[in-house]
Amino acid sequence: MATVFQKPSTLTDAKLHYCPGCTHGIIHRLVAEAIESLGIDGITVGVAPVGCSVMAYDYFTCDMVQAPHGRAPAVATGLKRARPENIVFTYQGDGDLAAIGTAETVHSATRGENITIIFVNNAIYGMTGGQMAPTTLPGQVTQTTPYGRDTSIAGFPVRVCEMLSTLDGVEYAERVSVDTVPNINNAARAIKKAFQNQIDKKGFSIVEVVSTCPTNWGLTPVEALGWLRENMLPYYPLGVYKDRSAGKETK
Amino acid sequence: MKTLNAVLAGFGGQGILFAGKVIAYCGLVEERQVSWLPSYGPEMRGGTANCSVCLADEPIGSPLVVQPDVLIAMNNPSYDKFIDAVRPGGIAIVDSTLIDRKCDREDIAVHYVPATRLADEQNLKGLANIILIGKMLAETEFASADAVEKAIAKCVPPSKQHLIDANLRAIELGKNQ
Amino acid sequence: MAERILMKGNEALAEAAIRAGCRHFFGYPITPQTEISAYMAKKMPKVGGLYLQAESEVAAINMVLGAASAGVRTMTSSSSPGISLKTEGISYIAGSDLPCVIIDIQRGGPGLGGIQPSQADYWQATKATGHGDFQLLVFAPSTVQEMANTVFDAFELAEKYRMPAMIFADGMLGQMMEPVTFPEREPEISEKPWAADGHKGQRTHNIINSLYLQPQDLERLVRERFERYDVIKKTEVRYDEFMTEDADILLVAYGATARIVKSAVVEARSKGIKAGLLRPITLWPFPSEAIAAAAANTKAILCVEMSMGQMVDDVRLAVGGKQVDFFGRTGGIIPTPAEVLAQIEELARR
Repeated sequence: MATVFQKPSTLTDAKLHYCPGCTHGIIHRLVAEAIESLGIDGITVGVAPVGCSVMAYDYFTCDMVQAPHGRAPAVATGLKRARPENIVFTYQGDGDLAAIGTAETVHSATRGENITIIFVNNAIYGMTGGQMAPTTLPGQVTQTTPYGRDTSIAGFPVRVCEMLSTLDGVEYAERVSVDTVPNINNAARAIKKAFQNQIDKKGFSIVEVVSTCPTNWGLTPVEALGWLRENMLPYYPLGVYKDRSAGKETK
Repeated sequence: MKTLNAVLAGFGGQGILFAGKVIAYCGLVEERQVSWLPSYGPEMRGGTANCSVCLADEPIGSPLVVQPDVLIAMNNPSYDKFIDAVRPGGIAIVDSTLIDRKCDREDIAVHYVPATRLADEQNLKGLANIILIGKMLAETEFASADAVEKAIAKCVPPSKQHLIDANLRAIELGKNQ
Repeated sequence: MAERILMKGNEALAEAAIRAGCRHFFGYPITPQTEISAYMAKKMPKVGGLYLQAESEVAAINMVLGAASAGVRTMTSSSSPGISLKTEGISYIAGSDLPCVIIDIQRGGPGLGGIQPSQADYWQATKATGHGDFQLLVFAPSTVQEMANTVFDAFELAEKYRMPAMIFADGMLGQMMEPVTFPEREPEISEKPWAADGHKGQRTHNIINSLYLQPQDLERLVRERFERYDVIKKTEVRYDEFMTEDADILLVAYGATARIVKSAVVEARSKGIKAGLLRPITLWPFPSEAIAAAAANTKAILCVEMSMGQMVDDVRLAVGGKQVDFFGRTGGIIPTPAEVLAQIEELARR
């Protein structure tokens, strides 16, 4: 019988701790497939954040470092500067990357660190049980915005790709989603490109993956995908925000 | 040799810290114990600056000179701040172009040297500090002439080696005041 | 013989770090330690090393965490308020068993405080450099020469015990120039099989981590770390004694303050008062036994610090119940030998 699908060799056999229906599992697989297909497992070092993916170090077969909350890009900077021959990526959520770690994100980007960032945006703090994130939508109900995010109190969401694409140091910024098979295939291409850019020494590459959190959104996995399409994608349009080598600069 | 504890004080930009370094390097060249401690503060330019310099033959305790054997003062605020601290029997060398005070202490020797005017007249602009070091050398003989020459060569940055001669002239001029 | 060079303490620390094999330095400007960054920025490119100015002290210590994870010799430096920001990263570094060197050139606090010399961060350095059960090696040099020598030791012991080491000085030591002769010492850089530097298909993956969700696991790891600390307490304590053999009055002081106290001790001896100085060189591990021994036959014990009294706690613990007097100046004021002498004379009269 022909094998049509298997777990990439670059994922360990550890059982994922993510909630049923969570898109982290898909994104982990896409990252692992990129590492596998590029043949870089032996020289790759991943940086796990604080948040739902805090234990990502158990899932990838490459060397892993667990960073303090928000500091993954600084840790990655240290790893990459110490061993430029290694491939270094961070895997971060919205609270980690766009709230507590905004300074580290922006400055690693503006320095043009030759690293790869996988940014999972599900508009909520998952690990701590569903509080407002920097990317929580206006009106969105969370544990800490029980009446919906009131922008007069809590301000507005951060659009990370748009923001980072204004920086000269950024090589590549693309926003993708994993809500449909075509979108998953597109996300796989973008993630692989973000690693290839690093191999080619092109510089800072970030892929933002718009994701779901069925548990904390209070929806079934399928409903969550619908909510993502109806609410998140209009606010966070998919697409390439910057691809310097391809001549696509910010307007 | 005698232990020397000196305080040099003036405005930032007058070369106070540099003059202190010349003294310190004299000690280094003569293989003595040396310390140089600058004041440091928020003003990068135009504020007050001072430094403590110690030369000794035993390890130096506090590098902060509280009771100087020698005070070099290059402005009124510095004179006012440090003149009473000079150790009885010590000396003060003041730039009388910039300091209009006269000291009434009888237990110290005060030398009034119009260093800034002399520097301007002798085409040694900016070297009033070194003229005062020359005077200090004449009064205390804190280092040999050879050591001073070597110290100046070490203190003047590589890009400004052409200024060594001017510095040495300033030393001579100060010695003869 | 190696050349005797006149150098600021800050510059000597930087030069010694380069000579000790450090090629990755991450900094952020703050008075009175900025010369370290400036020196590194100038020299690192010439030796194939890296000086990187981080966006904050927080980022700098995490870059150190990353570089240390990759298995290289790495260092950062700051002054008191900046060290407060670094404490998060220091805790993670300790919890991940990573070696690195952190320099603290203290200034007055709390808050923005001042920029003049201070020793008001003793508690922070020795007892609370971040959350959790851990210690750092804390070295307190008192001369520019000792600062240079200490850098080599700090790196080697940090690697030997896989823990962060701090060189703990102050604005006076950082800013002052003294002659220094750099030790002719080849850096002993150890193998780091635990590093996250890519498994190259030769081993299973290395994980650098401080997260242990099972209390049993975390307790076991912390206990293992504390077993290492016990070894350090037995083998790595350093101190210096000056005229303590027959002392009636024992003074205890470290760093810049110890220099001032030493002047006062000499002065007291010339007046016939038998004073002596014990100077801790490692603040953790603390030379408790040496202090207890030196204090065995003294009539009085005086601790002097540039703070309201922090190390004095450890001195009191060391001498178990004996009276320990304290003299300190704080806020950036450096005590004078005359002030300390007056304290000694008062104790002598008691």
